[in-house]
Amino acid sequence: MRPDRPWLVIVWNDPINLMSYVTYVFQKLFGYSKEKASRLMLDVHHKGRAVVSSGPRERAELDVFRLHEHGLWATMEQTS
Amino acid sequence: MARGRFRRDRQGRFRVGLAGPEQELLAMLPGQALELLQKDDPSTARVFPVAYTDDARAEAEYREMMGAQLLQQHQRALDTLAATAKATSIDETEIHQWLDAVEVLRLVLGTQLDVSEDGIEINDGDPRIDQFTVYHYLSMLQEEIVEALAAALPDGGTS
Repeated sequence: MRPDRPWLVIVWNDPINLMSYVTYVFQKLFGYSKEKASRLMLDVHHKGRAVVSSGPRERAELDVFRLHEHGLWATMEQTS
Repeated sequence: MARGRFRRDRQGRFRVGLAGPEQELLAMLPGQALELLQKDDPSTARVFPVAYTDDARAEAEYREMMGAQLLQQHQRALDTLAATAKATSIDETEIHQWLDAVEVLRLVLGTQLDVSEDGIEINDGDPRIDQFTVYHYLSMLQEEIVEALAAALPDGGTS
């Protein structure tokens, strides 16, 4: 684990969360436009995962927590 | 299709237009979920997702630090839904808690029903038919709440 490399926040596809709900959560948490939020949601849906934010570890962990608060399947990993 | 059953009024509150049986159901369901959360039932696993998949120590620390907060937040949301299920008007905090509670209920029910990408296979006589019906009802309700809340987002009107 090296502190200088940014962390990626990843949301994974899951069979329970509704597409409209996931889009809304991306808009609400990250202030993304509906267009961007929908695109990310579709990436999650079709590709199985999408990077929704990135940054220092503390920031990434907070984003993961906020996504978990909303029931989304979010993980974080450091860029290699 | 039922639309606009959560309508923001001029005071920023939300008028709720649910039928009696829906109110009864929503007043009753949170108690069941709270009980499952209380005893850390396997069906509540999805309520506590994993943050670090390849670092057990970091994950344990994350869970230690955030787990209780996550649980309390969902418990509060479920309490609010149970207490206001029959209200015809709820405030902005309450509607967000409704969304939170409905999400928890869907995660637990979806786990119990073993929902997969291919959907759920339910045949006549399946004892899970009631759960399945409730799961679909909650999906519809969540769509309606999201619709009402998304309309208030900066570019929520353009879809």
